Amino acid sequence: MTEIWRMISQRLLLGVLTLFIISVVIFGATELLPGDLARELLGQSATPETLAALREQLGLNESAPVRYWNWLTGVMQGDFGMSMATKMPISELVGTRLGNTLFLAFYAAALAVPFSLLLGVLAALWRNSIFDRASNALALTAISFPEFFVAYILILWLSQSGLFPSMVRITDTTSMGERLYMAFLPALTLTLVVTAHMMRMTRAAIINLLASPYIEMARLKGMSPMRVVLRHAVPNALSPIINVVALNLAYLITGVVVVEVVFVYPGLGQLMIDAVSNRDIAVVQAIALIFAAAYVLLNLLADVLSTITNPRLMHRK
Amino acid sequence: MTVVLSILVALGIFFVVGLASRAGLRSLAPAHHKPTYRDMPLTASFGLAVIVFYIAVAILAPVVAPYGEGEVTGAQFLPWGAPNYLGTDKLGRDMLTRLIYGARNTVGIAFVTTALAFMVGSFLGIWAALVGGWLDQWLSRFVDALMAIPALIFSLLLLTIFGTSVLTLVLVIAAVDSTRVYRLARSVAQGIVMMDYIEAARLRGEGAWRLIRREILPNAMAPLVAEFGLRFCFVFLAISALSFLGLGIKPPTADWGSMVRENATLITFGDVTPLLPAGAIALLTVAVNFVVDWQLHRASGLKE
Repeated sequence: MTEIWRMISQRLLLGVLTLFIISVVIFGATELLPGDLARELLGQSATPETLAALREQLGLNESAPVRYWNWLTGVMQGDFGMSMATKMPISELVGTRLGNTLFLAFYAAALAVPFSLLLGVLAALWRNSIFDRASNALALTAISFPEFFVAYILILWLSQSGLFPSMVRITDTTSMGERLYMAFLPALTLTLVVTAHMMRMTRAAIINLLASPYIEMARLKGMSPMRVVLRHAVPNALSPIINVVALNLAYLITGVVVVEVVFVYPGLGQLMIDAVSNRDIAVVQAIALIFAAAYVLLNLLADVLSTITNPRLMHRK
Repeated sequence: MTVVLSILVALGIFFVVGLASRAGLRSLAPAHHKPTYRDMPLTASFGLAVIVFYIAVAILAPVVAPYGEGEVTGAQFLPWGAPNYLGTDKLGRDMLTRLIYGARNTVGIAFVTTALAFMVGSFLGIWAALVGGWLDQWLSRFVDALMAIPALIFSLLLLTIFGTSVLTLVLVIAAVDSTRVYRLARSVAQGIVMMDYIEAARLRGEGAWRLIRREILPNAMAPLVAEFGLRFCFVFLAISALSFLGLGIKPPTADWGSMVRENATLITFGDVTPLLPAGAIALLTVAVNFVVDWQLHRASGLKE
């Protein structure tokens, strides 16, 4: 047991290090500009006075390491600075929207993960059948669709008939049931987008194992194919499956950006797009850091979980 | 009912196009290539036909389009019917014309971006594998750091800093995607640089550039070509998504992503017109994926 804790703390340290590097990249990217941020934002025709004022406002008069240190210590305490476009503290802007985005991502994951695992196991069980071929072709097709195409098809089909709303209006007083109902179409869109990949990888991971001698042994014992797959193949295929699930959940976190815009969902993605068009760099940096942190955390979780399912990984020479 | 009917029609078109294209390829191909096309799955031949069609439309855009790219031809949001066969958009421009020019702009820009990402990514990747040592370490750790940030989020960050224009869009997406190409190229090349013939070439005194071009690249071609197809899909979808979000290719340039955005209001009235450009994007990515899937299957030598 202690070994598991040691591994988890090791991975956590690595994760913190990765996050630190990411924060340097996110903050340092502004240094790539030939001039400085103030000149880039105001254009060539800006007067020296307005330039100086904006530099003062952005804190550009201090050196980059000092600004980075101030930013990082602020972020640690939950203070992301001020938004230039709205003149509001970023933590206030982000607060409720982060909750909404996480809600949508978890909702989609709760639909997508069981659905794709079931499809993957069935496709592996009935491989080379009509079901397998059809689901494979459908999965390839679904992977290639842009999110907004799926979203608009669903709107046209399920929202025109009045079944589900095409716009999501969530306030503090919205009840859980209403939330689930209103966020159904965005969640379904995300589900369709990520299911294909998870299903294909689940199928591949299981089929890879079916050639092993111990599976043949199980078959020769007279086990039913369903039992062979569920009892013998799936437990050993868990590690790659967990990894691909985590990868897709991480994808969900960024995939919400487009879907939120289509459904006017009040989440982080929409805030980020607005900030990008206003060139509100402080907001974009804050949201990029949040998304990147979620991404790193999910990968970390996958790493730990897949090691636990395969104890051999812990005793590597 | 209409859903079932449209799925059936789509399946019918798929089979007809797939069969016709396979038959065409078989009769046109030189004798020693004929077996390749005989065992070709329908999905792959359908994909090839679609890709050829898109390229033809993109090249012939000014010839086949009924109007000019930005020409206002009638009232706003006209329904389908002659002379505007697919209606008009919110400024009264012909939808069909803009769809045709979109093939040129959207696909062209995505292709240039992918090619750029490939040149940079594969050169650096192979170079790192060839030289090894601290250069490899530094480049790889740098790429790892960049890859830890989700691609779309990183592109959005860079677009905020450098502003949104077609040039920055191409450069930003190419930079972000070249990190992914670098990973693949490096791992492929690492297997090759251990070979004896590389050792022999080194002893002959060949320089790094010649080693990359003449010895390593020809042997790394198969996985890189498959990756090019997949990468093109990702780049194409990323550019369309950014244009859809209003941060990519800007009007009046005809572009599929921004066309969806401009006409999205029509959807709420039950009009399918905004789905056409979105469908055009989807169809091309599906086609490329089908062909790449077939190529990968062939290259892996699997005969299930």
